[in-house]
Amino acid sequence: MSETFLTKHVREPKCVTLDFYLAHAGYDGLKKALALTPDQVIDAVKTSGLRGRGGAGFPAGMKWQFVDKKSPNPKYIACNADESEPGTFKDHLLMERNPHLLLEGCVIASYAIGAKVAYIYIRGEFFHVQRVLEGAIDEAYARGFLGRNILGSGFDCDVYVHRGAGAYEAGEETALLESLEGKRAQPRNKPPFPAVVGLYNCPTAVNNVETLCNVPLILREGPEWFAELGPEKNGGPKLYCISGHVKRPGVYEASMNITLRELIEGQAGGVREGRTLKAVIPGGASVPILLPGQLDAQASFDGIQSAGSLLGSAGIVVLDDTTCMVWLAENLLHFYRHESCGKCTPCREGTDWLYKILQRIERGEGALRDLDLLAGISGNIGGKTLCAFGDAAVTPVLTTLKHFRHEYEAHIREGRCTLPADWRAMGSVHAH
Amino acid sequence: MSFHPKMAYDATFHQSVRTLVEEGPPFEYTPENRSRFDTVVARYPEGRQRSTVLPALYLVQYQQGYITGNAMRYVADLLQITAADVEDVVSYYSMFHTKPVGRYVLNVCRTLSCALNGAERVTEEMCAKLGIKPGETDETGTFTLLEVECLGACDRAPVVLINDAWHECLKPEDVGRLVDELRARGEAAVSGCHHDVEPGTT
Repeated sequence: MSETFLTKHVREPKCVTLDFYLAHAGYDGLKKALALTPDQVIDAVKTSGLRGRGGAGFPAGMKWQFVDKKSPNPKYIACNADESEPGTFKDHLLMERNPHLLLEGCVIASYAIGAKVAYIYIRGEFFHVQRVLEGAIDEAYARGFLGRNILGSGFDCDVYVHRGAGAYEAGEETALLESLEGKRAQPRNKPPFPAVVGLYNCPTAVNNVETLCNVPLILREGPEWFAELGPEKNGGPKLYCISGHVKRPGVYEASMNITLRELIEGQAGGVREGRTLKAVIPGGASVPILLPGQLDAQASFDGIQSAGSLLGSAGIVVLDDTTCMVWLAENLLHFYRHESCGKCTPCREGTDWLYKILQRIERGEGALRDLDLLAGISGNIGGKTLCAFGDAAVTPVLTTLKHFRHEYEAHIREGRCTLPADWRAMGSVHAH
Repeated sequence: MSFHPKMAYDATFHQSVRTLVEEGPPFEYTPENRSRFDTVVARYPEGRQRSTVLPALYLVQYQQGYITGNAMRYVADLLQITAADVEDVVSYYSMFHTKPVGRYVLNVCRTLSCALNGAERVTEEMCAKLGIKPGETDETGTFTLLEVECLGACDRAPVVLINDAWHECLKPEDVGRLVDELRARGEAAVSGCHHDVEPGTT
């Protein structure tokens, strides 16, 4: 296994404590940052090429530079810790086992954009993560890494944890800000972008947990070191979440030189005994699936994109030959139907229609014309909503129709699910 | 100014009290919860106390188990927003209960990675063991069974969130035992979230 940086110590006892963190070069990045000007910090992050780890892969340094520094209003950092993309659990591990790294990242980011407050928006179900983070925050205040005049620099910064209450959509940056303001988590129209009009109508940078966790490393080890760790424009360490039908599911850290095959067959031990690989979702439920023949794709933002999908949140879901692809689409559309925030009509109504049609086909009550209907409805959702949720929601339908149309046709022809696996509940409680 | 002779758009117009029924017992925070509320509200800028609505509602739910109309009115008064603003939030977020729930709320993750590892069968076993369907509470008021979407612990599938604690890697065949242990030992029966991470401390 290659060298790790973000998760190096996460399996050691006491690794969440400040003493442990300080004994392992903790807050060294902050010390270096405070010796620079805010603009120099932004330049370092730009030089490193750090791309946002939340899903879009947008350069973090650029995002900070867009923050309207001339505005007379306060600036804010909003850390997006609403990790809800199906198949993604990397931020969960980072916050649970390396909370001070995130706090250090939040303070450096605040310093860079001129913010005095950072809010960490964690998802509602992360009760234990809130306890860990708040414990770490208390320790950091007590030792002068947070609060007034941090490390004698004259810079003030407060960090607070704000826990959501169960809404996937709160992971969209403007919906997160709405939720933080005490409203429904529904997206805003863009532009204006949060960098200009964000939290409380003030300039705000919204960054993912893993993105902010990389910032202290850049300051500590240098932007060139970071950029060289991985292929061009895909620098730095990356966390991969591997789940589904593999022997060793978990979070694996690697540079983005690694291939999907090395991750799935090497790190995660491959599919379970006696089964074969059917397909891989490489970046959380919202991205197109890849087939076994594409496993040699480089697991970088650009590598996965050339293979025809997206790295997204690096939530790799591995599907073996027992997986019915119509069932998979139905399962994911149940998710999207439930999580659609309801603001845009195509998404609110369309996800419900898609789910009902998929359910009908999966039960064996579908007709061939349903396949055109699925494609038609999907076409009327994708690209026609305020946020990327609409595009995400239709992806499982379009991608399974593209690669596994024969399975849909078999369901319709035989009037039943043609691949009922023993790990599923066939009928009974789920027929509602 | 008014566009309709019988509708005066004066200062009282937006303070309509039509919206929310007076439901449930009278509500007020206990002194401890009131002081927790005061701590949290100070984290947000002056005039932005509305940001506290989620933490304020969580406190309500901890105190009385679910959120009533009267509690929403109370929170609205505290935050100086309308009761409709609070109801808007309560009805949106899936973790708020507006009906009484059991002593243990079993939230079974039903999304892809958990489902691939048997979550549907976990739900099936729970239904059989408790004699209820998803969304229902058993007649003793001990268990409420809910199916929820991805909980973000896909490597430890299937995952069940039991009140505010996580139970991981729950095999369908172990469901019956877990329910019995919850009855006998309460929250001590739950595995927690540090599964195989911090040896010796869990």
